[in-house]
Amino acid sequence: MTGLASELRTIVGDRAVKERPSELTVFRSDGLPTHEATPHLAVLPSTREQVVAIVQLLHRRGIPFVARGAGTGLSGGALAHEDAVLIVLTRLNRIKRIDPVARRAVVEPGVVNAKLGEAVAAHGLQYAPDPSSQAACTIGGNVAENAGGPHCLKYGTTTNHIVALEVVLPDGSQASFGSPHGEPWGPDLVGLFVGSEGMFGIATEITLRLVPLPRVVRTLLAAFSSIRAASEAVSDIIASGVVPAALEMMDGPCIRAVEESIYASGYPTDAAAVLLVELDGHPEGVAFEEQSVTDTLIRHGATEVRRAETATERERLWQGRKKAFGAMGRVTRDLIVQDAVVPRSSLPDVLDRIGVIAAEAELRVVNVFHAGDGNLHPNICYDRRNPEEVLRVRDASRAIMQACVDAGGSITGEHGVGSDKIGFMEMIFDADTLTAMCDVRRVFDPSGRANPGKVVPIHACREWRAGGVE
Amino acid sequence: MTNPITSRLQEFSASAQVALTPGGLPRIAPHSTETMARVLSLATEEGWSIRLEGRGTWCPPDAPADLVVSTEAMDRVIAVAPPDLVCTVEAGVSLASLTLALGDQGMWLPWDPPGLPDRSIGSIVATGATGALREGFGPLRDQLLGCTVVTGDGRILKPGGIVVKNVAGYDLTRIEAGAFGAFGVLTELNLRLRARPEIDRTHLATGERDDLTRGARDLVEAGIELAALELMSPVLGAHANWILAARILGPRDAVRGQAARLHDTTTLNWVETTEEQARALWVGAAHAALTGPVSIRLGVLIEGLDQTIDLLEERLDTELLSAGAGSGTIRWTGTASEESLLAVRRIAASREIPVTLERAPWDLRRTVGHFGAYREGVGGLVEKLRDVFDPSRVIQVALEGAGDEEPGD
Repeated sequence: MTGLASELRTIVGDRAVKERPSELTVFRSDGLPTHEATPHLAVLPSTREQVVAIVQLLHRRGIPFVARGAGTGLSGGALAHEDAVLIVLTRLNRIKRIDPVARRAVVEPGVVNAKLGEAVAAHGLQYAPDPSSQAACTIGGNVAENAGGPHCLKYGTTTNHIVALEVVLPDGSQASFGSPHGEPWGPDLVGLFVGSEGMFGIATEITLRLVPLPRVVRTLLAAFSSIRAASEAVSDIIASGVVPAALEMMDGPCIRAVEESIYASGYPTDAAAVLLVELDGHPEGVAFEEQSVTDTLIRHGATEVRRAETATERERLWQGRKKAFGAMGRVTRDLIVQDAVVPRSSLPDVLDRIGVIAAEAELRVVNVFHAGDGNLHPNICYDRRNPEEVLRVRDASRAIMQACVDAGGSITGEHGVGSDKIGFMEMIFDADTLTAMCDVRRVFDPSGRANPGKVVPIHACREWRAGGVE
Repeated sequence: MTNPITSRLQEFSASAQVALTPGGLPRIAPHSTETMARVLSLATEEGWSIRLEGRGTWCPPDAPADLVVSTEAMDRVIAVAPPDLVCTVEAGVSLASLTLALGDQGMWLPWDPPGLPDRSIGSIVATGATGALREGFGPLRDQLLGCTVVTGDGRILKPGGIVVKNVAGYDLTRIEAGAFGAFGVLTELNLRLRARPEIDRTHLATGERDDLTRGARDLVEAGIELAALELMSPVLGAHANWILAARILGPRDAVRGQAARLHDTTTLNWVETTEEQARALWVGAAHAALTGPVSIRLGVLIEGLDQTIDLLEERLDTELLSAGAGSGTIRWTGTASEESLLAVRRIAASREIPVTLERAPWDLRRTVGHFGAYREGVGGLVEKLRDVFDPSRVIQVALEGAGDEEPGD
């Protein structure tokens, strides 16, 4: 890569190219501590034109690259190895337009999710996807990962909110996908691009759909003496036709970790599980849903149902949920935030199974998750300095994924495949489907230089099997 | 004399029933994904071109081909999971029979596409055709969780899953929605369902188009949650004047509250319909798309609604027209020439408004194309994607127009 840094400096300026080891340390991992890699160098463009010039340069020289936002991902997806350049997009952070009548916003990829939320709230609108990392994560990263969050139960994930993209393809050419109007100009390439984990190119301008802030928001906390009872309540709430804005569950160990931390939210520490239910909409609808949900919670044996009466109380109830991962830092040195999805009706059995897997592996697993859409986050506590324990964590992770797949679920609901889940893809996709994914990737990136080695295990594709590579 | 393709198909599969169309083409309706895969594989091997059909109620069966392949015999509801509000169906299931099967269990699929209730789910997904309910439930791909698709050369792909949240692998399911079969034959679909609402009410306001679009804009700006907010032309709504129809779903008190908000937010004179009137209105609106030979849809946001209807009035007519005021989809049906459709598409494109040809005789589909010219950088990608899903182009579909003066890239 002789002379690459100086060529990049001519595009972005001296201070936007980082190549000293001390400068690259910050890019060595994302939010998942089990995967680390150091890029050859990192470049921080601040305009679309610079991104185009960088990608064209890398294309000419045949150098792989990885696009990265704030690095809050949880799948080791935005890691670049030493043969690759990391393109950090956090300086493309302009909100270019907000159209309150059409309910659209046009943003650059480095705009922080929560900043966009603040900007559109002034117009009585919200950008609904709200990953737990929303204070730091970027919209570009959300697009790459098809990010979710607690309120995706009612409003959908990132893919339901992106209507158009300006994209730089891995050969440096440019393309426009979708339209602000919602109808695409042809096949739905926006839908294909969202969630492609940076392997189809770099989105440099994102047009997204906004929704009105709800007139009324009601937040309930229900305590249960068993996880199974709480899980069954979740299934019944959804089946009744109520679609809460959010329906979150925390198990006993999580509750106690939160209550012993600075994020204490007044959760009942003797409960085996709590459900946080948020309802929003217009007053009559929310009143009806509150009654219906409360009845269901009580019918399933809730030992307490508490309602936030003020905005402050609501914030406090949410604080524990949103800061749960931080609170767990007190009880474990390292934490793997796992991510899988199961049909809601199988939540009780799968949670039991996860408990058994944890016990057999002699690991502590703490559950805090989006129960309403069956999106589990079993968090495995461990110490990365203990290699034997790391092996047990790896085996338990695989066993948990298999349990979720056996129940009819999927290996990831919102964190993406990245480096972490690539070994699990064969649990849910056959060789022909994986091959088609490889082929589609080649449509966008024939030389496979954009975020190489992620998402699809190419050894599992039919052409590799036929060639006897295994 | 027996058609050689018929003989070849019967030789290849004793169970496959091969019939002849009135035009003398061999027609096969496989009963399973595996048989579908074998038929397509054979077609690629033999170099046959295929006209793809669902239940035959939507597009005219006129694409030139060597063989007609229908999904109509794949009409089973495979699984319904009420606690999870999901189901798996074969592509040939009609919307009407699925609605019936789900209704028995207190659920529904919130789709009201143009056409007959007998239309197949596969056809609805392949054409990406939503109706007025798009306002409340989003585009139909939002209810699509996963699928089984057979590629043009007979591979069976199963992207997505049967859970409501899933980011494993690239989202190949989403490009199947609205691809008009260009990316393979859908044989099974995993769908997200809703619980049936307690109350379903439709309110109407009638009057001049300008007054109604102003009222619609007021409702959109006020953030009133509606399942549908549809502007309908007099002919389409079977009324002396334009109609603005608001559909409200939910529990009784909530529906009452929203109805009150219609009055509070606009100066329009809203009248609640009877259930029978509402059914006639919505079924009639869906059926209207079949009463002319050509149907197009345009993506338009609320501020461009009036201007775009003016364009259609000037270049075509506004006899059979409906517009989702909040969702931004205009559907026009009627008789149109190639020149007038291309002119509409060109002018709309200059306003950044996409026009999709939903339904037309083959000659128009071939020359105008379902999508016409693409945006920057898209045409080449679409062609390469077709190489992945139908490398020999056995499936007859005209995505781009042969006669469009504005070339794709």
